[in-house]
Amino acid sequence: MSVERVGTLLLESEQHVVASRQTVRALCQLLKLSLVEQTKMITAASELSRNTLIHGGGGRMRWEVLQVGLRMGLVLHFEDEGPGIADLKLAMTDGWTSGSGMGLGLPGSKRLVGDFEIDSAPGRGTRVSITKWK
Amino acid sequence: MGATLLVTIQVDMLDQTALALQDDLAERIAKTGASGVMIDISALEIVDSFVGRMLASISGIARILSATTVVVGMQPAVAITLVELGLSLEGVKTALNVERGLEVLRRAREESGLVG
Repeated sequence: MSVERVGTLLLESEQHVVASRQTVRALCQLLKLSLVEQTKMITAASELSRNTLIHGGGGRMRWEVLQVGLRMGLVLHFEDEGPGIADLKLAMTDGWTSGSGMGLGLPGSKRLVGDFEIDSAPGRGTRVSITKWK
Repeated sequence: MGATLLVTIQVDMLDQTALALQDDLAERIAKTGASGVMIDISALEIVDSFVGRMLASISGIARILSATTVVVGMQPAVAITLVELGLSLEGVKTALNVERGLEVLRRAREESGLVG
C-alpha cells in the first residue's frame, strides 16, 4: 500500500464546510469515481464536516489517497477535540439527535460510504474515518 | 391567478445562506400573495440533510401561507444519495423539470379553486 497524496483542511467555519465539499469533489474526480459514488462521498463529507464544526466545536478534515495494487482509495478523517460522544450506539441510531438536526448525519453517512469508523469518548473528542474505494 | 415565485439555486450554499433563502421566500410569498413556489435545484451537485431540511421547511411555511411548493430538476445521483442518507423529503412536492413543475402548480391551483 502506498499513500499517494495527503492533505488537511481546517473546519472552523461554515465556509470551511463548503470548502470540504469542494475538496472532496476534486479528490473524487482524481479517483475517477462514478457520479453516484462521488455524490455519496461529497454528501457524507458535508454531513461529517458540519458535525465536526457544530458538535465538535471545530476541527479538521485530513485526507489520504491510497494505492493498493491497482485499486485506489480515498480516506477522509474528521477530527475534533470537542466534548465527544458518550453513547456511540445511540449516536449511530437513525433519528437520534443531540440538537437541532435530523439525526441523520452519522448513520446516514455510514450508509453512504460503507467503510466507516468512529472513535469517540467524553472529553476525548471525536474522530470519524470514511473510505471509498475505486 | 396567484403568481408563481421561481427560485433557482445555482451555488453551493453556506448553511446561513440556505436559512436566509427560507426567510426571504416566506416574506416574498406573503408580500406577493403568490400561490406557487418553484425551486429549481438542477444545478445542485449534492443535497445534504441541511439543505433537505430547508426544502421541507420552505414547503411547510409556504403551505401555511397557502402557497404550493414544488422542487424541480433534482439530479438522479442526488435522489439516490438522499434516499440512502435517509431523507424522504416528506411533504415536499417534486417534479422532473420546470415544465412538469408548472403543471403540478397549475393542478394545485385548480384544486384550491383558483382559476387560470
